[in-house]
Amino acid sequence: MELRLKPRVYPETTATARESVAPAAKAKPYRGDLYFKWLSAVAALVLPLIMVAIGLELLYYSFPALRKFGLHFFVSEEWNPVTQQFGALSSIYGTLVSTALAMLLAVPFSLAIALFLVELAPPRISRIVGTLVELLAAIPSIIYGMWGMFVFAPLMAQYVQPFLHTYLGWLPGLGLLFQGPPMGLGMLTAGLILGFMVLPFTCAITRDVFQMVPPVVKESAYGLGATTWEVTTKVTIPYGLVGIIGAFFLGLGRALGETMAVTFVIGNSHKISLGLFYPGNSIASSLANEFAEATELLYVSSLICLGLVLFVMTYVVQVISQMMLKRMYRAWSVGL
Amino acid sequence: MSATMKPRRPWGRKAVNLAVAAGAVLAAASGIAVLFWIMITVLLRGWAALNLDFFTNMPTPPGVPGGGLFNAIGGTLILTLLATAAAVPLGLLSGIFLAEFGQDSRVADHSRFAANVLMGMPSIIVGVFAYAVLVVTLGNFSGYAGAFALFIIMLPVISRTTEDMLRLVPNTLREAALALGFPRWRVTLSIVFRAAKSGLLTGILLAVARVSGETAPLLFTALNSPFQHFLTWNLGLDQPYPNLTVTIFNYAMSPYPDWQTKAWGASLLITVGILVLTLLGRWLIREPKV
Repeated sequence: MELRLKPRVYPETTATARESVAPAAKAKPYRGDLYFKWLSAVAALVLPLIMVAIGLELLYYSFPALRKFGLHFFVSEEWNPVTQQFGALSSIYGTLVSTALAMLLAVPFSLAIALFLVELAPPRISRIVGTLVELLAAIPSIIYGMWGMFVFAPLMAQYVQPFLHTYLGWLPGLGLLFQGPPMGLGMLTAGLILGFMVLPFTCAITRDVFQMVPPVVKESAYGLGATTWEVTTKVTIPYGLVGIIGAFFLGLGRALGETMAVTFVIGNSHKISLGLFYPGNSIASSLANEFAEATELLYVSSLICLGLVLFVMTYVVQVISQMMLKRMYRAWSVGL
Repeated sequence: MSATMKPRRPWGRKAVNLAVAAGAVLAAASGIAVLFWIMITVLLRGWAALNLDFFTNMPTPPGVPGGGLFNAIGGTLILTLLATAAAVPLGLLSGIFLAEFGQDSRVADHSRFAANVLMGMPSIIVGVFAYAVLVVTLGNFSGYAGAFALFIIMLPVISRTTEDMLRLVPNTLREAALALGFPRWRVTLSIVFRAAKSGLLTGILLAVARVSGETAPLLFTALNSPFQHFLTWNLGLDQPYPNLTVTIFNYAMSPYPDWQTKAWGASLLITVGILVLTLLGRWLIREPKV
């Protein structure tokens, strides 16, 4: 998928290749080469510069909000453009809850689909379905959002939410989650749509990790009489665990910042409610809804400060997933 | 307990295995069914909205029949082309550095790390950044800011795929060319690039596919516009710029049925475009059938 680290075999051989032409190179130094190398180095430096610039710009523009509200910004639920009172808590809460719901859906399903693709399906079906999953990962998120609003939300309102409320709503503790107006839009719907959206993405990477387990290891387990399920739980998953966790962290990072799939269906309310049927908001959906209309400096600054929180969250998640995947590649010393 | 060892019956384990297999098939089927449901909805609802007017006319106010999305289609094409034109040379160059010159240098490590982080960065954050850099300084929403945001999303993708594709080129090719006395830059541009041509093109196509469906980074950079200024010297890029994805967002959120229908039509258009680009990219790097 997106993350490909190749085994680094070239440097040494390239070095010897260059040494072998060294005498000629000494006689007539290729000035063009030097320019070309520096030009490409500058191009390569653009990426880290952009990354740092994004962090600094966000920090700079969120300064007014931070100075006005201080750390209180992160623990206050109030969000009122009229009185110019802003707090990030409801957005952070919504981001975390919708992401958690999405991962609750995406993790078991992508494991199951990857298991199906790698171990159970005949090769032809596996190839076709695998390609379809990869194509679906390319569908833009706004399509998922629209489908969620026009097709999925009415179904939620009519069937799923009343059902959940009737049969699970009375449970002590857990039942509190299934409260709220059954109007289809809300935290639960947003989480589910988000789950559908990251599913093809995490599924494709999980499948790649499953496929990378050397056949010999699996075959020896089969040879000892293990069933497919035993091979999966005792060989494949432990072998690829770091990679699978890395894959899910990549999906997590994607779900955290996903905007369009969520904005359509989350309901956009800056109130924290325990019930999953209540409308809520996420950092990304607040930005999408309010940014273009915000005019006052403090309002814009507060929104950008929300963006800064999201930046930090996804940065941390990215770093963790990079570390995991890198460790896997190093341990296996194979390329994907 | 008897003293003799009896072979354990495998029934229990087999039953578990069967149950899990059935569960996995069921999960796979239902997951894929939902994803297909989405695709078919887009296809059916979108198809109903498409006609010649849709492609050639300018938008009309809600309720007035015959409107189209000519401006948005053109706007999306122009924004994507601009972003591509900026991101491709820079991305290729930085990929060249990572694969050919930098390899294990610290610059390359930083660049790779930043590329991975940027690829995982929510696109709306990139939108906020473009807003801060260009919209605030220029004073209004503009096509420039939109193209800039798309450029930032494309750059890391192209850089990383370029590196991967160049690394697939066997080293003997480089050595042979160097032995003939080619300077390093000619080796890269004439030999290595030619060998990696289809892979590089695939990387670019996938990057284009990725940005052409982006909505979030355009929401407060290009914004949207019911007009078109394509015929001015700068293509009207200094003003709010029409584009398909934000149009989908605005139209779908509107209460007017004919606008909502147009949003489905635009969704189908975007989806088909992206699928075609993705399939083309995959076809280019298909494994040769022996």
